[in-house]
Amino acid sequence: MTPTIKVENLRVSIPLAAGVLHAVRGISFEVAKGETLCLVGESGCGKSLTSLALMDLLPSRAKREADRIELDGADLLKLGERDMAKVRGSTMAMIFQEPMTSLNPAYTIGNQLEEGIRLHKGVSASEARERAVYLLEKVGITGASSRLGQYPHQLSGGLRQRVMIAMALMCGPDLLICDEPTTALDVTIQAQILHLLKDLQREFDMAVILITHDLGIVARVADRVAVMYAGEIIESGDVDEIFSRPTHPYTQGLMNCIPVPGKTAYGERLGTIPGIVPSMIGEMTGCAFANRCAYAEDICLKTLTTRELVPNHAVRCVRAEEVAALNAGLDTATASAGSPA
Amino acid sequence: MSVMNTTVPSAEQILGPTPGQILRRKVFGHRGIVIGGGIFLFIVLMALLAPWLAPYDPYHQDLVARLAPPVWHEKGTWDHILGTDQVGRDYLSRLIYGARISLLIGIMAALISGIIGTVMGVAAGYFGGKVDLVVTFLITCRLSLPVILVSLAVVAIVGGSLEMVILVLGLLLWDRYAVVMRASTQQIRSLDYVAAAQAAGCSTWYILAREILPNVMNQLIVVATLEFAHAVLLEAALSFLGLGVQPPLPSWGLMISEGRNYILFDPWLIAIPGSALFMMLLAVNLLGDGVRDVTVPENRA
Amino acid sequence: MLVYTAKRILLAILVSLTVSALVFSLLYLSGDPATALAGERASQADIMAIRAAYGFDQPVYVQYFKWLAGAVQGEFGESVYFRLPVIDLILERLPVTMTLGVCAMIFALALSIPLGVLAAMYPNSLIDRAALLLAVVGQAMPSFWFALMLIVLFAYWVPILPASGSDSWQHFVLPTIVLGYYATPAFMRLTRTGLLDVLSSDYVRTARAKGLRPAKVLFKHALRNAIIPVVSLAAVQFGFMLTGSIIIETVFALHGAGFLAWESISRSDFPTVQAVLLLFSWFYIILTFLADLLNAWLNPRIRVA
Ligand SMILES: Nc1ncnc2c1ncn2[C@@H]1O[C@H](COP(=O)(O)OP(=O)(O)OP(=O)(O)O)[C@@H](O)[C@H]1O
Ligand code: SF4
Ligand SMILES: [Mg+2]
Repeated sequence: MTPTIKVENLRVSIPLAAGVLHAVRGISFEVAKGETLCLVGESGCGKSLTSLALMDLLPSRAKREADRIELDGADLLKLGERDMAKVRGSTMAMIFQEPMTSLNPAYTIGNQLEEGIRLHKGVSASEARERAVYLLEKVGITGASSRLGQYPHQLSGGLRQRVMIAMALMCGPDLLICDEPTTALDVTIQAQILHLLKDLQREFDMAVILITHDLGIVARVADRVAVMYAGEIIESGDVDEIFSRPTHPYTQGLMNCIPVPGKTAYGERLGTIPGIVPSMIGEMTGCAFANRCAYAEDICLKTLTTRELVPNHAVRCVRAEEVAALNAGLDTATASAGSPA
Repeated sequence: MSVMNTTVPSAEQILGPTPGQILRRKVFGHRGIVIGGGIFLFIVLMALLAPWLAPYDPYHQDLVARLAPPVWHEKGTWDHILGTDQVGRDYLSRLIYGARISLLIGIMAALISGIIGTVMGVAAGYFGGKVDLVVTFLITCRLSLPVILVSLAVVAIVGGSLEMVILVLGLLLWDRYAVVMRASTQQIRSLDYVAAAQAAGCSTWYILAREILPNVMNQLIVVATLEFAHAVLLEAALSFLGLGVQPPLPSWGLMISEGRNYILFDPWLIAIPGSALFMMLLAVNLLGDGVRDVTVPENRA
Repeated sequence: MLVYTAKRILLAILVSLTVSALVFSLLYLSGDPATALAGERASQADIMAIRAAYGFDQPVYVQYFKWLAGAVQGEFGESVYFRLPVIDLILERLPVTMTLGVCAMIFALALSIPLGVLAAMYPNSLIDRAALLLAVVGQAMPSFWFALMLIVLFAYWVPILPASGSDSWQHFVLPTIVLGYYATPAFMRLTRTGLLDVLSSDYVRTARAKGLRPAKVLFKHALRNAIIPVVSLAAVQFGFMLTGSIIIETVFALHGAGFLAWESISRSDFPTVQAVLLLFSWFYIILTFLADLLNAWLNPRIRVA
């Protein structure tokens, strides 16, 4: 079966006064129908730019390059702006990080919900309205039809994010990209929204890319995980595999209190690792994590590749086997790459 | 576990260029700052060195040589490079001395209004509440009074002179300072480190001087350049209308006003001082815009 | 919206009163207004007569309230120079100034908004640079000098337009250009930055993520929000333009209220000066008040409280 979305060697660069910022440095992944891929990594590692690159919505000065971006087998790189606009919002939809500012303050909820489907599917005003009411109810908004006439400022953050979800689903997309959809909300609402997303995914059988900081979310929602660091995916694989055998020293650092799928509480934060992320300005050879890695050696500064250790578990670390071996002896729960003894 | 004996990347590799380096690169790479700064520096030097640069006494009248055209004119001579005015005063010398008047008025007015406006704006932003209410009200009142009309009226009543123009403009042009300083003080005030300083028991004066002022400095400089230009422009306009600096002072606005009667046959009499005024305003505006460009953090927008 | 309007009216009234007091007290800057009015060659008896005629012998606050009460009813006394009721003078001159102001406003908006929009849509393009250049030059160009240069150009060198007077529509062309151009940079910059801001906003990204056409994103989602600050500025600028008309009308000998202001200032015609000053200020206060109301109405956050 062809995956819903397939990305190969995606790169995003932004020219700045200080030099060219290579914010995303050649990442590849794919997501199948009905599958959830979680993209995790600390702030600034390039998660949002990756998702915007898929939608072709990068800030104008940012440059996107890739060997391949395919949606349902169709090459998105070949599409012009007009054809890309037809894809956006219909087969591929996105929910953003900031529910408070993602809705236009000047128009009603109904207006903003309906305009997309009216454009893409050419439905009548009343059909669009019906669909809007249906989806608002689906995302758990009561009194849906009366909400249509309200303005964004009259809704709370949680409600707005529900509206955003409903808006993304209006045309029944095959791929849903959620960029930290719950970061701005409080914990109880976060849980509700995530359950909602999970349910909707099952119901509509979509491919979902979920971007998050929150390992608790990953543990509960993901089928597969990709860990990003400084614009690269440094480890990826099935969620159980990654959680039970994190191999990259950075992933290990993130998980120094290892959450267990299904058990870790929501809101659990990534572990902290001493040191600072390298500047992503200019070219970089070797391992991006080297300056913070306790296992770093000269060899790490040479060119390195992403390798599959076992099927469905890829790591970008030259010393992955040694690291794994060193760790095997230790109690995994206390292993911490970031704080060498 | 292995030890960190590997080639550790230098700070340069990790952090990229320092903020100072970036700033320097930006300043000298910014065309507006280089051009504006260049012209402005030129004018300042011209004003400072006026006694040595000016070929003639700017007040010396030579009725025989009156209305001599500038050198590029077919009848022009090198005796008076920019020609002479209606009473035979050397135009270049008057132009050079005129730079002093414009600079003096611009700087003094920007300074006086800057002090008034900054005090008001910072107080409003920092103390909030009633102080803020009063200051906002004063700003609204000030904005409702048309500057030109008020200064014209005041000068007409009290009498025109260099000092009077400076004083009137200084007392009128503080509104933008107050608006901008109020907003940025409010913003900085809400930041954590000011709250921390307050919690640590630092005095209000200490916080204002050490935490607030340094952080509003960039904005202050930008507004100061704007108001400098504003004051220079207003002085020229007032003098042009005959209610600013009084003759025989070589104010550029006054020169335009005096040349007005000869507009038909000797248009350079207004073209020359006008161009000087234009260049000065252009330079200051470019500088101000540049400072703003360079000091805003490169954000995600 | 009602509460907001009520508050805003109260503020406008307070500001009007304060401003009127300031305008009134201007007269006292010179010390004795009667001496100033009478002129340099007046005898002691003349001064006494003027003092009694204008009520300068009464306490200042009584004079102020009398003057204010008159002003509210449009009664500003008699012009010292023209020997006519000030209000008649002003009403006679006002249409010229208003025509000039409206024309200049239309000229400025028609020039600056399209340019600002284009500049924001194609940042750093040729058109953006051209617009920026126009703005930078416009900001640095003293309007009276610009006016004189235009006169040299279009009234003498290529004589197609009249240099002064206010008899036909041709007389308004050059003043309109000068006065309008003066307001253009501010509008253009505000349109450009406002639109750039909005174009990089989250909700425009949402609109684009919905797959809307660029034109729809621009006109429906972006411009509507970007134009709100321009509305306020337009009101403020219109006020500034009326003041700017003092200079423009003087240069072009256009007999409007601005010209009247200059005439009366240079002739020490204080009742007229005060009246013009007060009316210009009040006009500005009303304009900003209306602009705020319009703003509130355009912004659902205030309208639908
Ligand atoms: N418009 C932009 N201009 C300049 N730099 C940008 C821009 N957008 C993003 N960046 C930079 O690119 C890098 C990646 O940004 P991105 O927004 O993808 O991070 P992120 O992983 O989504 O972080 P967060 O978790 O905070 O959302 C960061 O270093 C950021 O500073
Ligand atoms: S490649 Fe070397 S520096 Fe990088 S993570 Fe692996 S061991 Fe650490
Ligand atoms: Mg992000």
